[in-house]
Amino acid sequence: MSEEQIKNLEEQFEARIVRDDKIEPKDWMPEKYRQTHIRQISQHAHSEIVGMLPEGNWITRAPSLRRKVALLAKVQDEGGHGLYLYSAAETLGISRDEMFEQLHSGKAKYSSIFNYPALTWADMGAIGWLVDGAAIINQVALCGTSYGPYARAMVRICKEESFHQRQGYEIMLKLSEGTQEQKDMAQDALNRFWWPSLMMFGPKDDESPHTAQSMKWKLKRKTNDDLRQQFVDQTVPQAELIGLTIPDPDLKWNEDKKGYDFGPIDWDEFWQVVKGHGPCNKERMKARVNAWEEGAWVRDAAMAYAEKQQERKEKQAV
Amino acid sequence: MMKHENLYKYIIGIADNSLILGQRMGELCGHGPSLETDIACTNISLDLFGQVRSYYQYAAKIAGDNRTEDDIAMLRKEREYVNVLLVEQPNTDFAYIMTRHFLFDMYHYMFLQELQKSQDLTLSAIATKSIKEVSYHLRFSTDWIKRLGDGTEESHSKMQNAIDDLWTYTDELFHLTDADKAMVKAGVGVDVTKLKDTYYTKVSEILQEATLEVPESKYFQKGGKQGIHTEHMGYLLAELQYMQRAYPNMEW
Amino acid sequence: MKKNWPLWEVFVRSKNGLEHRHFGSLHAADADMALENARDVYTRRNEGVSIWVVESKHITASNPEHNGELFEPAQDKVYRHPTFYNLPDEIKHM
Repeated sequence: MSEEQIKNLEEQFEARIVRDDKIEPKDWMPEKYRQTHIRQISQHAHSEIVGMLPEGNWITRAPSLRRKVALLAKVQDEGGHGLYLYSAAETLGISRDEMFEQLHSGKAKYSSIFNYPALTWADMGAIGWLVDGAAIINQVALCGTSYGPYARAMVRICKEESFHQRQGYEIMLKLSEGTQEQKDMAQDALNRFWWPSLMMFGPKDDESPHTAQSMKWKLKRKTNDDLRQQFVDQTVPQAELIGLTIPDPDLKWNEDKKGYDFGPIDWDEFWQVVKGHGPCNKERMKARVNAWEEGAWVRDAAMAYAEKQQERKEKQAV
Repeated sequence: MMKHENLYKYIIGIADNSLILGQRMGELCGHGPSLETDIACTNISLDLFGQVRSYYQYAAKIAGDNRTEDDIAMLRKEREYVNVLLVEQPNTDFAYIMTRHFLFDMYHYMFLQELQKSQDLTLSAIATKSIKEVSYHLRFSTDWIKRLGDGTEESHSKMQNAIDDLWTYTDELFHLTDADKAMVKAGVGVDVTKLKDTYYTKVSEILQEATLEVPESKYFQKGGKQGIHTEHMGYLLAELQYMQRAYPNMEW
Repeated sequence: MKKNWPLWEVFVRSKNGLEHRHFGSLHAADADMALENARDVYTRRNEGVSIWVVESKHITASNPEHNGELFEPAQDKVYRHPTFYNLPDEIKHM
């Protein structure tokens, strides 16, 4: 194809996105569109499956049977969501195994929030309430993204996740109605997860290099700072309602912007964790790599068996 | 002594198996050999905990002293748990996990078939609901026994190890406690001794199909039904009970 | 040996009376496993009464580059639609 032709195709392509046409797997797309989508969708998928680990930790220790089944179902959903997302990425010509390799080698990133430890039962509440709350804000915006398989996966995920945040908030609510010890546990969890949750929306807009391109392709519908603001505004009243204090002395209602002003985020910490030096980066990767490596003989055996069965069937047919 | 002590004990005897196996499967969540398998194993764990809750809620009602399903699940001493030794065995590897499951599922399925006929309507209703779930568990674990047994050399040898190691815990499935005997007599309980021959026949058929050797050992372990467990049990309970023990008398 | 589980497409009938609809995909070593996985992955919330699975490589798809010749010729065949035909005003429904 000549440069001229490619330029033509690109213009048509961009015009389709502006018209809100969806892009489907076999459609022509610019290489950069493909690569950006593989990167973002696989990161998203990795976040789901690494995200299973901190909560998965607490399944065996859940304080009641009701909490245990809810948590199991939630962590399982995260596995399912990872699966939907890997499938969406696979339509772009990358295999799940390749994506796993990228994750295990450290080449691919995932949401940094999961590199923080889940230390108490209240952390299950904080994660559901804050981390899922933040994720939902991002994900709802993505239901209208331009790449069909990604948008469809997001619609399904958003539908299923509606119980996740409630599940977390209910845990916090119950703790806040409980003994002093339980209230302290809830406050402590909020203190540890508040700032990392704000960091989930990514760097500030003026330091986010991909924002313009991503907005154009509807991979992002709002900027990082807008989404972060939305999260703060929606969460502060929820905290107040259950008697918890947001750990930010600078937090203040701003009547002019009809939103909260909040204190500075520790971006050094953010970059430290992103670069692999958070409290649990190594443990999380080790858990994923172990599961994958220890499962290799199982996956191989299943393939070998399937092939044998196929051969037997063919022999019988003769 | 409780008015319906034998019935209470009988229910606990059934439910503890599902509780402990569900707990073991729950440990696996996020660590399975593939994402799909992980999700499937979690479903099984959820089924088991669902059954547990029905049984314990019923037991709590019978006890009639304000104890809750969680008190029963999490606040007994190790000696008071009466699950069979098989279900508490650790997740050594996926061959152990599937073998443990298969050996239990086959029993569980046959047991529930009979429990459906119980004169106790609550138990028979729980059995009728659970048997659909367990029928799927059995199908799932049977498929995996065949895949791993007749897969690669490596998987075959891992499976054979698992079968050889876990076989010793199978006989206990067919023991009757005093409470069991009383409940059989009352038309409420299942006489599991009558299931034994069919169980071994069916299990052997599948092992053979999976190209695995049926162990010939006649040495069996027992004790779970009397509350005498293997050394693995304490650690399992330490996690299961952690919150209830560390923060007693609170609502979650 | 290194052979990955192939990809399968999953179609689910949500209830009798409705068609099977594409729900997504998954990996499985064989058809039985694909069905079981589909049940566990895609019908956790009571979404289905029947499942089809087909290995993705067996699907033949039309090429979007041919959309012009494949689909556009149908656009102007208005006589296939009832609104193409005139009726006297007195007849409200036909």
